[in-house]
Amino acid sequence: MEYLDFELPIKELEEQLQKCQVIGEESAVDVTDTCKKIEKKLIDTKKDIYKNLTAWQRVQLSRHPSRPYTLDYIRAICGDTFFELFGDRTVKDDKAMIGGLGKIGDQSYMFIGTQKGFNTKTRQYRNFGMANPEGYRKALRLMKMAEKFKLPVVTFIDTPGAYPGIEAEERGQGEAIARNILEMTRLTVPVIVFIIGEGASGGALGIGVGDKVMMLENTWYSVISPESCSSILWRTWENKERAADALKLTAPDMKKLHLVDDIIKEPLGGAHSDRETTFKTVTKTIVDTYNELKDLPVEELVEKRMEKYFNMGVFKE
Amino acid sequence: MSWFKRTEKGIQTATEQKKDTPKGLWYKSPTGKIVEADELAKNFYVSPEDDYHVRIGSKEYFEILFDDNEFTELDEKLTAKDPLKFVDTKNYVDRLKDAKEKTGLKDAVRTAVGKSKGEDLVISCMDFAFIGGSMGSVVGEKISRGIKYAIDHKMPFVLISKSGGARMQEAALSLMQMAKTSARLAQLAEAKLPYISLCTDPTTGGITASYAMLGDINIAEPGALIGFAGPRVIKEATGKELPDGFQTSEFLLEHGFLDHIVHRKELKNKINLYIDLILNNPIR
Repeated sequence: MEYLDFELPIKELEEQLQKCQVIGEESAVDVTDTCKKIEKKLIDTKKDIYKNLTAWQRVQLSRHPSRPYTLDYIRAICGDTFFELFGDRTVKDDKAMIGGLGKIGDQSYMFIGTQKGFNTKTRQYRNFGMANPEGYRKALRLMKMAEKFKLPVVTFIDTPGAYPGIEAEERGQGEAIARNILEMTRLTVPVIVFIIGEGASGGALGIGVGDKVMMLENTWYSVISPESCSSILWRTWENKERAADALKLTAPDMKKLHLVDDIIKEPLGGAHSDRETTFKTVTKTIVDTYNELKDLPVEELVEKRMEKYFNMGVFKE
Repeated sequence: MSWFKRTEKGIQTATEQKKDTPKGLWYKSPTGKIVEADELAKNFYVSPEDDYHVRIGSKEYFEILFDDNEFTELDEKLTAKDPLKFVDTKNYVDRLKDAKEKTGLKDAVRTAVGKSKGEDLVISCMDFAFIGGSMGSVVGEKISRGIKYAIDHKMPFVLISKSGGARMQEAALSLMQMAKTSARLAQLAEAKLPYISLCTDPTTGGITASYAMLGDINIAEPGALIGFAGPRVIKEATGKELPDGFQTSEFLLEHGFLDHIVHRKELKNKINLYIDLILNNPIR
């Protein structure tokens, strides 16, 4: 388990608790009371820390190395039924964008998401979760397949952005994202979107247009990362905390601005501290949301989705 | 031995007596060609000697595309708010105020309807002079309404992009304008009305990743910078030198993302020719 700097008090208490338990097991001394006290203090400390997170701390949590990634969710949600699909049928298979079919109960879903790695080797393999145009085109291929067979689409977003590379530009990164956004606004099946980590700009929106867009509690979603924002506006990376505040990129802020539909509560200590509970909550949300949407006539579904996006924005007449 | 002898060294003329060369009489293109301002305007703001397309705004594009420069502007009154109370080196509110004073514009896009070669046409045109042509709520809304106007009145739609991307001071609100405008374009497509996207220098970021690349035809002016990620960002991310002509109109044409590169003097003809052909109408 890795700890962020503001989580250090938690680490200390967890270590104390462990020591206490070891003493209890190895000697005849009764330490039950002491252990209980530490346990209580641990919970209180956690509550205290997680209640007052700053925007920047949430950004850090969204990138926590122990946080579950897209494939962790999908495997937990549909177990052995997950059938991964590969390739954009044009150039190659993008490892930063994954997708496939899977069941929850009796219902099949098309799952799509950006994928990060969990160690140096897999991080490189997954290109740090930064998709190329072929990734967005693979996503679109799978969405169209879902539409053809009337299956709901679920997407998971965790990306620091679409990849800014030479080949990416040659193959039309902008066009690939634009095409996805347009097609997603008119897809004739329900689209449910989860921001599970980082939601950076066009790279996120390229698989992020949906009937219901939900952010997990400790994630961020905006037009740019706080670091890049700081470097453009102040010509230094030092103001990332200020930029994080200014961008209003946390789930509560995004909900307040009506740019996302809901916030998914994470277990105390963040999604990574209790993965099972996180997976259960997300599974339940998918099922409930699909049940809400599945009986809507197609025209109404699409119209409502478009109407939602038409209403985004603040201006004076 | 010089012909003239300067008795006193240095500049002796008082600042008040300094004679300025009047600005705006001449234009110098990047290759050093000089052209008279009047002549430049007559030549569609293209430097005649080297065909350099000078950056122009909605005023000039409307003049080029609408017959006799006659048009009705739509949604003129929309202006930006500061919903995020955004402060960087300057308050967003002040930034807007300055931009309005400096440019005489309300925001970074104007939409107008008028006749082009005798037929109705809706044009939304971005203005780079207004905060780098950045797209915030107003830009998204005006484009969205422009497209809706085209649908309601069954007219073709032209969008002239010229922008650095999304407006950071409106953060995710700007981002969602990409979805808003794209949803409207989906409706325009449903209505079977032609959409011509013209990319001019520069067209980057969220603009490229939404409406600029979604035309029934995408066309561009020569030598424009068009791309998703900025050249500096790509250089930093990849550590590679960028190839010559990377992200220019010519590069995009070569890689299959543009139908044509159109000289500005051909713009009105080419756009209307496409409209007549695709709608199976007699050619004007």
